[in-house]
Amino acid sequence: MNQTDNIIEVYNLKKYFPLRESFLDNLLSRERQYVRAVDGVSFSIRRGEVFGLVGESGSGKTTVGRLVLRLEEPTEGEILMDGVNLGQLGDKELRRERRRMQAIFQDPFASLNPRMTIGDGIGHGVRIHLIQDMIASGEINRGEVNTKVRAIVEDMMERVGLTPAGFLYDKFPHQLSGGQRQRAVIARALITTPELVLADEPIAMADVSVRVLLLDLMIRLQREFNLTYLYITHDLATAKYICERIAIMYLGRIVEIGALPKVYGKPLHPYTQALLEAVPVPDPEFRRQAPMPKGEIPDAINPPSGCRFHPRCPIARENCAADEPELRELEPGHFVACHYSEQFL
Amino acid sequence: MPADVLYRVRNLSVDYNTRFGPLTAADRVSLDIHRGEVLGLVGESGCGKSTLGKALMRMVQPPGYITSGELWFDGQDLMTLSDRQMRDVRGRRIAMVFQDPMTSLNPVQSILDHITETILTHEKQTKIKDAEARAAELVDRLGITARRLDDYPHQLSGGMRQRVMISLALTLQADLVIADEATTSLDVIVEAQFLDMLRALRQEFNLTILLITHNIGVVAELSDRVAVMYAAKLVELGDVREVFGNPQHPYTQGLMKSVPNIKLQDYELYKMEGSPPDLIVPPAGCRFHPRCPHVMEICSQHEPGFLSHQPDHYTACWIYDPHDEALPRQAVTSDQA
Repeated sequence: MNQTDNIIEVYNLKKYFPLRESFLDNLLSRERQYVRAVDGVSFSIRRGEVFGLVGESGSGKTTVGRLVLRLEEPTEGEILMDGVNLGQLGDKELRRERRRMQAIFQDPFASLNPRMTIGDGIGHGVRIHLIQDMIASGEINRGEVNTKVRAIVEDMMERVGLTPAGFLYDKFPHQLSGGQRQRAVIARALITTPELVLADEPIAMADVSVRVLLLDLMIRLQREFNLTYLYITHDLATAKYICERIAIMYLGRIVEIGALPKVYGKPLHPYTQALLEAVPVPDPEFRRQAPMPKGEIPDAINPPSGCRFHPRCPIARENCAADEPELRELEPGHFVACHYSEQFL
Repeated sequence: MPADVLYRVRNLSVDYNTRFGPLTAADRVSLDIHRGEVLGLVGESGCGKSTLGKALMRMVQPPGYITSGELWFDGQDLMTLSDRQMRDVRGRRIAMVFQDPMTSLNPVQSILDHITETILTHEKQTKIKDAEARAAELVDRLGITARRLDDYPHQLSGGMRQRVMISLALTLQADLVIADEATTSLDVIVEAQFLDMLRALRQEFNLTILLITHNIGVVAELSDRVAVMYAAKLVELGDVREVFGNPQHPYTQGLMKSVPNIKLQDYELYKMEGSPPDLIVPPAGCRFHPRCPHVMEICSQHEPGFLSHQPDHYTACWIYDPHDEALPRQAVTSDQA
């Protein structure tokens, strides 16, 4: 792996959440149980790409995102940003590195302070991070701070399509539409000029027509600001329109990873195949024929032995219950964690 | 009313009283639901599709009111029934499945109790034993093992909870099932399993389903016909292959081009400008005219009629309705919808 190419490298990442124990469990000193939300995940994100992390609910995708941003301490494993291990940084250094990362979450209403105007909300990060530098460098003096902040914020509002910016600046979140609110969240994330943006289901709450506009905006901003996205979603259909590379997660593990056209065009893992087949197509001429795997994702407290998908897998053989498959590169840049994927090449 | 029409809705309007004045969430909606069909009802949030679904069961709660309309269900106008009579129609004749089964099921009642209670409420003579036997049989048919009957809702997965909801609709052999975003909270594979199950059940139980959803893919997968709703009005209605394959209304056209399609090699989506209107002060004329790429002068002045320009394909758009620019005729609401 070329170090300089990757903005993020993740090695053998694990996050176990302890289950709440009852008094009786303690008394009988029963073994503590854990939800293995993320259980040995390795991947890297290249600078300037849109890297998709896709999975059903409970697959651990959101936890991976939170771990990368260090909103959560990993149980095990390493996360390197530009080769620097974030786990070894002190609080102060971590805070500096965090400026290079921002997040956009699903619910824009929950992400915005209801008692702060849109402009103040977006400008908050400017006051904290950028203005001090500007004063220090003598670019502006203290008296000009408010004018400067407003100018920076309004410029960003124009860029994300929150127009007329001067008018919307003093509005409160509840006075905006859902699409506008998500634009405000995007503006707030980008205003501190981050390099990596975690986008966790950023368009899941929006309607079809608004989704297209938000996706389009995110792609445009990515080029404009030279951003790297970690795009987390359960929606395989919209992922197609934004992601360049994609990783499919199942029960805390990555089962397949590769360039999106490769993975979608020729999925090598039986789970990926089922997932792609299951997505309903908006064309009645394309009704699905293929049968679906039985059952649902098992719980992550006692995941199945061996390959975690084996109880539902149509091509499982005896050793799948015993041997856990590792990611193997079956095509250049296309990795799959399955013992018997060669047949799909 | 033709024998194949199970539910005939005519000029149904529902208003909500808000602080800012009355809001019409369904505006003179007319449509027929045919016996044995799956009718999809699609639209974006706030278009009134859920309100319409509730109104069909007369379940609109204050501050909402049905202000006008006829609801001819199996030859009977539900608007003329007393509350007591209506309660018997709900559940026994028309059942509803909602998006979130966790809030629709009683958390302190086992699955078995849910089903037997439903049976015993509507069928006073049935013995508890018989009701329990029926529950076991039904649940087994839906792919839930009998030992889970004593479980409580929180012990089931999302997919299983939604199966229990369907089983409640099926116990009394309801003629019409209204599924309001029933698959929205499910993961794709579970959603696909659920759609497979509905497909099998509709054959077996001769079900009629009104499938209300924002998910165009789900409608394409399961429906025979589809109705498209925009800003409290129906804008298009017809065979699902016709409406999705050859949409007539500019809104439907835009919608279809902006829906992601995983099977296409195309990586561009159509951007529909603007956003749905405020329903307290809706635009005059056609409600889509401020966003319509084909807008004409008449569109902002007069409301288009909901007319059939091809057999069994209805559209509310002036493009297909020859009109005199100087003397635009009054909008009409078709009675054949």
